[in-house]
Amino acid sequence: MQVTLKIFRYNPEKDSAPHYETYTLEAEPTDRVLDLLEKVKSYHDGTLAFRRSCAHGVCGSDAMRINGVNRLACKVLVKDLGTTNITIEPLLGLKVVKDLIVDMEPFFENYRKVLPYFINDEPPPPDGRERLQTPEERERFDDTTKCILCGVCTTSCPTFWADGQYFGPAAIVNAHRFIFDSRDRGAQQRLEILAQDSGVFRCRTAFSCTEACPREIQITKAIAEVKRAILTGRLD
Amino acid sequence: MTMQRHQYDVVIVGAGGAGLMAALYATKKGAKTAVLSKLYPTRSHTGAAQGGIGAALGNLEEDHPEWHTFDTVKGSDYLGDQDAIEFMCYQAPAIVYELEHMGLPFSRTPDGRIAQRPFGGHTNNRTGKPVRRACYAADRTGHMILQTLYQQSIKHNVTFFNEFQVLDLILVNGKVAGVVAIDIATGTIHVFHTKAVVFATGGWGRLWEITSNAYTLTGDGAAILFRRGLPLEDMEFYQFHPTGIYKLGILITEGVRGEGGVLINDKGERFMERYAPTVKDLASRDVVSRAIYIEIKEGRGINGQRYVYLDVRPETVNKYAAIDGRTRPDGSPYVVTAEELLQKLPDIIDFSRTYLGIDPMAEPIPVQPTAHYAMGGIPTNIKAEVLADEKGTVVPGLYAAGETACVSVHGANRLGTNSLLDIVVFGKQAGIHAAEYALGTDFEPLPKDAADFAISQLETLRNSKGSERIADIANEMKRVMMDHVGVFRTEEGLTEALNTIRELKERYKHIHLDDRGKIFNTELLSAWELGNLLDLAEVTTVSALARTESRGAHWREDYPKRDDKNWLKHTLAWKRENGEIELRYKPVVITKYPPKERVY
Ligand SMILES: Cc1cc2nc3c(=O)[nH]c(=O)nc-3n(C[C@H](O)[C@H](O)[C@H](O)COP(=O)(O)OP(=O)(O)OC[C@H]3O[C@@H](n4cnc5c(N)ncnc54)[C@H](O)[C@@H]3O)c2cc1C
Ligand code: FES
Repeated sequence: MQVTLKIFRYNPEKDSAPHYETYTLEAEPTDRVLDLLEKVKSYHDGTLAFRRSCAHGVCGSDAMRINGVNRLACKVLVKDLGTTNITIEPLLGLKVVKDLIVDMEPFFENYRKVLPYFINDEPPPPDGRERLQTPEERERFDDTTKCILCGVCTTSCPTFWADGQYFGPAAIVNAHRFIFDSRDRGAQQRLEILAQDSGVFRCRTAFSCTEACPREIQITKAIAEVKRAILTGRLD
Repeated sequence: MTMQRHQYDVVIVGAGGAGLMAALYATKKGAKTAVLSKLYPTRSHTGAAQGGIGAALGNLEEDHPEWHTFDTVKGSDYLGDQDAIEFMCYQAPAIVYELEHMGLPFSRTPDGRIAQRPFGGHTNNRTGKPVRRACYAADRTGHMILQTLYQQSIKHNVTFFNEFQVLDLILVNGKVAGVVAIDIATGTIHVFHTKAVVFATGGWGRLWEITSNAYTLTGDGAAILFRRGLPLEDMEFYQFHPTGIYKLGILITEGVRGEGGVLINDKGERFMERYAPTVKDLASRDVVSRAIYIEIKEGRGINGQRYVYLDVRPETVNKYAAIDGRTRPDGSPYVVTAEELLQKLPDIIDFSRTYLGIDPMAEPIPVQPTAHYAMGGIPTNIKAEVLADEKGTVVPGLYAAGETACVSVHGANRLGTNSLLDIVVFGKQAGIHAAEYALGTDFEPLPKDAADFAISQLETLRNSKGSERIADIANEMKRVMMDHVGVFRTEEGLTEALNTIRELKERYKHIHLDDRGKIFNTELLSAWELGNLLDLAEVTTVSALARTESRGAHWREDYPKRDDKNWLKHTLAWKRENGEIELRYKPVVITKYPPKERVY
């Protein structure tokens, strides 16, 4: 089949303003959108810039807007789009560096602010073995361990677009992963950070993040749990 | 060209599991350390690892590091160095506990311990039956390892230069003096003056058409050292994983078979019974990949096509578990439900739905062998020091760890779960020893022209006046590697491959690039990476052509037997000044386990 790609292009070394280029190419219904981008780069225009690595939805490199929706280009097949006209644009809310590449640093900066690492200064068990955790305790935060930091959720959040101060859903997801880990002791510190102005209460429960997450994390639910923990002071 | 300089005690190249582990230890030891990675750390391919990390914790049944050692030696087809294997397998429990103490969210047993599952080639040495040794976090163990190590790096203030691609290594008087890198976002060249370098750049699965490896796995580190006159070890041993998604190569973890999934041919037969009567579908990867190829070749691929089925539907799992007499740890019969499988293998189910549009609980998954793992690489010892020759001479200040290194703990064939183990065990060794070395030595003076070679490489590519597209050269290379330097090899095929690769290297001199810019010139860097792949394709093929025996993943149809008399030795390959490849050999370290025939 033939598909038409309309791609957002911007090369700061040459262009004074962004524009769109259109490419028509042969595709299989089962091609990933990433395969199409590779084809354009290989045979139409080698200057096209985008990030990619794993090509199967686990590394988080190729988040972009595909027909207006934030997705991983490697996780969308042509046939799933329901059209042969495909518009590809960079994520919103982050500065475009070149073509589909945005500056992810503000995103990671927010992530680092929530103390996204295990905190527990108590000595591990004297036999040197693992800290015990029941399957139920482990299940409590399973969903939020799946995050690949692709930025799809944060850059589809209307609050994040409106206001660069908001940590955004991805940072909260990563805080949740530790707050509800029975082995962790840093919940209080993180909840204090998330209770700040830039924290969870900016979330307006628009659900855009949950709908967009390529890992199907129940983000809005996780944010609600963090909000509740702040309000009640309890972690159950 | 604009250039910037930096000075660090230790530079780590790569931020996958091996690089991050090295970085944590080097930083903790007090060495001023920088990590350079062409990808943002959490994008590294360690994150794609699914099934588990091997350690004889014995959480569900009797197990011993000694058994793990023997299984690994046997799995390596006796080419692994037994001192290194023993070291790794005895370190395994402590390092898995260390990861747990860093917060890694392993799946859990009912009594709250780290959950473990069976994996190919890991056995109870008394009964020969599969043993639960793979410690896992659902089917995203690598993701959790990568995330946990990166989280710890943030906690311990590790310094990162992200999206910096290392292009060259600077040696002065045979000692490490620095590395040259490009900042991908700006195109600026950076020279890092350093006392010690750890290469942890991962594998080169992009040499083959069907692969489980990321676009970015192009063997940069191995190729850089090779060009700098250092040898590469056992390059002919490259693992094809039996179960990649048909045509796409995306990996379906062996954990699926660990949970009871079976391979089925067009006649509906569970054919592994014929090839490995004891452990069947959980035989070593080389054995299973060859079995699939033979089934396909003899016309028993599904509908005569180049794939077989991996069937993990609960009714199939339960049928064969009953036939095998498989039991739960408490002795009750092994019976699974779709819910249990969904919980243990969520990502596999997601991949099947996304890329094949099928639900593996209702339909079998079409699979074919996929290029997966480099057993060979930069020769190192147990301290992760890089070796310059067959006598074990160390290159002062140079270290390598992870998939790019060859210790050799995997020999001719790696067992599943042993790479995640390798990267953390030897990543740690690299970090400790690089830091100790750097803190006890002075900087070598950095030559003025340190960056010249790297710059000239890039400029040659950027200004090349030909008309060849890099994609055409890459595709041709991948095809010929798949056809002739894959699961089955012959002298004729390897010779053809070698000729083609050499032609492609000529054509590579006449490429044309569209992008002459500086900012995110990913076309230029892809072209540079293709140069690395072509070098590695050549050395792989030359090493394979010379080895006239079949061992582990290197299977010669014209020499179908293992030949311990002539070939119980490691290959070392050098690129000589005139461009020729020279091969020499060094003995395998054998301590406790004299070579035996390998049956599963
Ligand atoms: C799909 C899949 C599943 C797997 N499952 C398992 C499993 O269940 N168990 C198991 O034990 N093993 C498994 N493996 C193997 C294992 O995951 C890998 O061998 C291992 O993770 C490699 O780790 P590494 O740190 O050596 O390299 P990687 O994680 O690949 O990291 C390489 C790093 O080097 C950097 N880099 C590369 N070149 C340059 C350069 N020129 N300049 C700067 N930086 C550079 C990259 O940015 C990256 O950070 C699996 C592999 C795959 C592909
Ligand atoms: S390329 Fe890794 S998520 Fe798409």
